[in-house]
Amino acid sequence: MQTLSIEDAVAKIPDGASLMIGGFMAVGTPETIVDELVRQGKRELTVIGNDTAMPGRGIAKLITAKLVRKVIASHIGLNPETQQKMLSGEMEVELVPQGTLIERIRAGGYGLGGILTPTGVGTAVEEGKRRIEVDGRAFLLETALRADFALVEAFLADYLGNLTYALTARNFNPVIAMAAETVIVSADHVVPIGMISPDHVMTPAPLVDYLVTS
Amino acid sequence: MDAQTIIPKRIALELRDGMLVNLGIGIPTGVANFVPPGIHIFFQSENGLIGTGPIPEEAMTQPRLTDAGGRPVTAIPGACTFDSAMSFGLIRGGHVDMTVLGGLQVDEHGKLANWMIPGKMVPGMGGAMDLVTGAKRVIVAMQHTAKGKPKIVKQCTLPLTSARSVDLVVTELAVISFAGGRATLVETAPNVSVEQVLAATEVELVVPQQVPQMQI
Repeated sequence: MQTLSIEDAVAKIPDGASLMIGGFMAVGTPETIVDELVRQGKRELTVIGNDTAMPGRGIAKLITAKLVRKVIASHIGLNPETQQKMLSGEMEVELVPQGTLIERIRAGGYGLGGILTPTGVGTAVEEGKRRIEVDGRAFLLETALRADFALVEAFLADYLGNLTYALTARNFNPVIAMAAETVIVSADHVVPIGMISPDHVMTPAPLVDYLVTS
Repeated sequence: MDAQTIIPKRIALELRDGMLVNLGIGIPTGVANFVPPGIHIFFQSENGLIGTGPIPEEAMTQPRLTDAGGRPVTAIPGACTFDSAMSFGLIRGGHVDMTVLGGLQVDEHGKLANWMIPGKMVPGMGGAMDLVTGAKRVIVAMQHTAKGKPKIVKQCTLPLTSARSVDLVVTELAVISFAGGRATLVETAPNVSVEQVLAATEVELVVPQQVPQMQI
């Protein structure tokens, strides 16, 4: 794990990269990393996250700045801009049930090829997917998701990279930290090694590549 | 009483002590205001919280304590937080005893459409598909009609949320059960006749000889 300035950390992300971004309606999204992506003008990004937040916050800033080629999310209802760009064809949007999205990411991080879920059977979500029966019950095969980078917001980090999260800001963060080639973390507080009790660590240090302080 | 009161108040009578319950946005959220005295309900917010409390005063908000719409909430003593994989494990895994969701249409078999209007409104399904598929009991809270048109219809014209049928639909006019596989009129709202309910419903309802009134 390396500590970096926010400029240097974001400079490692090339145009066209796929990014998993933590957060639920921007709660738990590393806003400073998002702001720096906009400042450096990274283009043609694929963004994977729960939602696209609301205008002016979190992932929505990347969409407003026209930096995103494709979004994979479960909900875009609070962001009219995402909906407009989807309907006009300007941006590709793949809508995935929330429980399926998080399990596809988890599968990507846990070395699985995918998961079998009953969610979506008999709906529009089933189109183009394999239906598999297990003990007489129908499931959809949903394939694993990985990304080039995970952008994580933590509450506490120590100088090894052990992380904890706060309240409802945890959401996708510990799961995406498993599923990307490079993990960049923005933490509210960086504390000395040993300050986080082993039982309270939610993301183990070896998963973290770069720590930026906000 | 208006629909915003009748519907959540009636649904609250379905709550039992110790249940884990997930409430959707809109009318369903109101159910938390009518929990019968003397019982404890674990309310889940799908963004990763069990034990959601009332909306805090403005000065008392904590930016990282929010509901599924991103708005500030409180957590009651005994609350717990978790990540999204755990949250949807609780939902899909059958650990949620009851979910209350809004609806656009419900068909004669109790299948629900509530996540999009093609070409018009594409909010995404969020957690709705997992909730309808995985919760032990699914209750739909919705107005009986939209712009005068029935919402309980022979066949949904809007995309389905799940192949699984819902258990109960509660509107400002009636309680309709799909427990027996057919839409059955279980109760009418105060001052609403069986005829009024039938006139506002496209599906042919099974009507028992005695249809009690909602006890609200």
